[in-house]
Amino acid sequence: MINVFLITFAMTLIYLSIANRMLSYIRIIAFQGLLLFGVSFMELGEMNTVNLIFILLETIVFKAIAIPLLLNYIIKRNKITREVEPFLPNFISLIIVTFIIIITFLFSNIIVDPNLNKIYFVVALSALFTGLYIIITRKKIITHVMGFLIIENGVFILSLAVGNEMPMLVNTGILLDLFVSVLVLGIFVNKIGDVLKDADVEKLQNLKD
Amino acid sequence: MIAAYLIFAFVISTLLFFNKNRLLNYLLAGAFLIAQWCFTIYEYTHKNAVEFYGFFRPDALAVLLLITLSIIAIPAYYHSYVYIKKDEKNAGHRGIYFSAMTILIAAIAAAYLSNHIAVTWIFVELTTLSASALIYHRRNANSLEGTWKYIFVCSISITFVFIGILFLSIALQQAGHNNLSFPALLQHAKSLNIFWLRLAFIFIFTGYTAKLGLVPMYTAGIDAKDKAPSPAGALLSSVLMNVGFVGIFRFYEVIAATSIHHWANHIIIIAALLSVFIATVYMLKVKNIKRMLAYSSIEHTGIVMLGLAAGGIGYYAAILHIILHAFTKSSMFFQIGQVYRVFKSKSIYDVGNYFKYNPTGAIVMLLAFICSTAMPPSGLFVSEFMIFRSLFEAHYLFVLIMLLFLLTIIIWAFGKNVFKLLYTPAVGFNDKNVPKINPYESLSQFILLGLVIYLGINPPAEFVALIKEAIQNLPQ
Repeated sequence: MINVFLITFAMTLIYLSIANRMLSYIRIIAFQGLLLFGVSFMELGEMNTVNLIFILLETIVFKAIAIPLLLNYIIKRNKITREVEPFLPNFISLIIVTFIIIITFLFSNIIVDPNLNKIYFVVALSALFTGLYIIITRKKIITHVMGFLIIENGVFILSLAVGNEMPMLVNTGILLDLFVSVLVLGIFVNKIGDVLKDADVEKLQNLKD
Repeated sequence: MIAAYLIFAFVISTLLFFNKNRLLNYLLAGAFLIAQWCFTIYEYTHKNAVEFYGFFRPDALAVLLLITLSIIAIPAYYHSYVYIKKDEKNAGHRGIYFSAMTILIAAIAAAYLSNHIAVTWIFVELTTLSASALIYHRRNANSLEGTWKYIFVCSISITFVFIGILFLSIALQQAGHNNLSFPALLQHAKSLNIFWLRLAFIFIFTGYTAKLGLVPMYTAGIDAKDKAPSPAGALLSSVLMNVGFVGIFRFYEVIAATSIHHWANHIIIIAALLSVFIATVYMLKVKNIKRMLAYSSIEHTGIVMLGLAAGGIGYYAAILHIILHAFTKSSMFFQIGQVYRVFKSKSIYDVGNYFKYNPTGAIVMLLAFICSTAMPPSGLFVSEFMIFRSLFEAHYLFVLIMLLFLLTIIIWAFGKNVFKLLYTPAVGFNDKNVPKINPYESLSQFILLGLVIYLGINPPAEFVALIKEAIQNLPQ
């Protein structure tokens, strides 16, 4: 069952590369939150109950509900247009993201580690590189934030792989989640929308040499 | 003690945040400085004693950098006070500024002392938060851009560090351990799987370069140091860079005990040489003095990392260099605040003939230039010379030649701009309303630069012993 969740997660990455609207991005991020809930529910059985409940609440409340609602609110408030506006055509994005997944898959084959489930490694690294790819090739600042959230989800999956033995690391990862999302999105809600009317990356090019 | 210190810093910072009264603000800042010094002295006298469930341990490196931090913190508060006083519109903004600065200093101190790789990581994260509040202090579109870039790049790099820690923990689990504290890592270093260690090193190194100011993540730091008020910029380009250094250095100690030591050295040399190259290119091109200083910091960290990679006497020189560089660069940033008050501009075209308007400040600028370009009697001359020697002895001749060549260009570019600032009158500058700068405001810079010369040429025995103790875990 864990494998099904993780493979579905990898499929959402491919869908992300061809999605054209902001709303689809938000839905994918919410869906990924649900998948992470499923994975952590199944994987972290050995953990003590209080900690487990905390982690599950984080995935379901924060990742799957609060963040998507906040993103939706930001888009409405700042009147961001609903297209994603990539620099590259979707077809090329699809090929590149597929390549990312294939390459991490091949890369994982050199690992010799009986304790580690390789699928975590593959999905986490694919999410990391797909997130970076989205940050590089999308025009709006809010899509950069979404790319960053994808990276966060990848990191969360990787931390689950070691979660049973070192629960502290999963908690630290959640701290990262909360901290960065609140800080980055908080700035977005309060400041960028007010100072810059149309939040494109082009508006952030004054500081240079 | 560390718990008491952190709680005290947090309380002070909260009070500063809500306080609107100016006098109370200064009293609180003063109280924090006293606490900072008490804490420093306590840690110095309790060296290597484990604190707070083993999460913190003031080893020699931590104590050295903590003293550096406490020395720089005093002028940082003083110059902030001068900076805030001259255009004080909003008591709330002042409160946020001092509150963020207090949190920043406390987080930096805790990051130095941390004995656990995840604890270091948490406090590095906290420095990003507090530094961004300082960068945003002016609240205009440009400072917003600087803040946004800083937060975004730092968040990505902190995520990279976390991924590195996860890989490291996989390696640890394979070897049958689950303790991520630095002494335990050092102890088990030999038994760790090379594959995971390599991945961990690449990710942790890349992540911490955002704080340290090396290729590939240096970009955000440049904008941040330019847009932050100059006292905050001084902290950002000295003690905060040392946080990145501590992060890399402590993990490098672990790597140095394994068979991938040479491989890691090559990664560091590539990144460091590229950083010096990029610093050279931008020093030639840059027209904004503050950004020029930021690029000069990139050059210096490049040199430090080359010393670390070369080994031998380079280890000693690297630690010496990072401490002396912190004093030099912070005094330059403090001075730039006065330059800005005289000329109302940071562009090299609008400044000039500084000796006429502020002779004391001009002498500081000249001295700081001599110190920063590592000309004798600067202490950086000593450390840079040792780094060159270590590169030569480690047979990195090509690297050494490239480095010397690039440094020559940097000195030329740096000198061209600084001498323009000091001697050549600016075209069309109206000197009717030039404010008179109190010469005593430059006193702290003289003390810092004096320390650079003194510690380089005639280092006290205790100082040398501390540096030697800091590098004792590295293979000699």
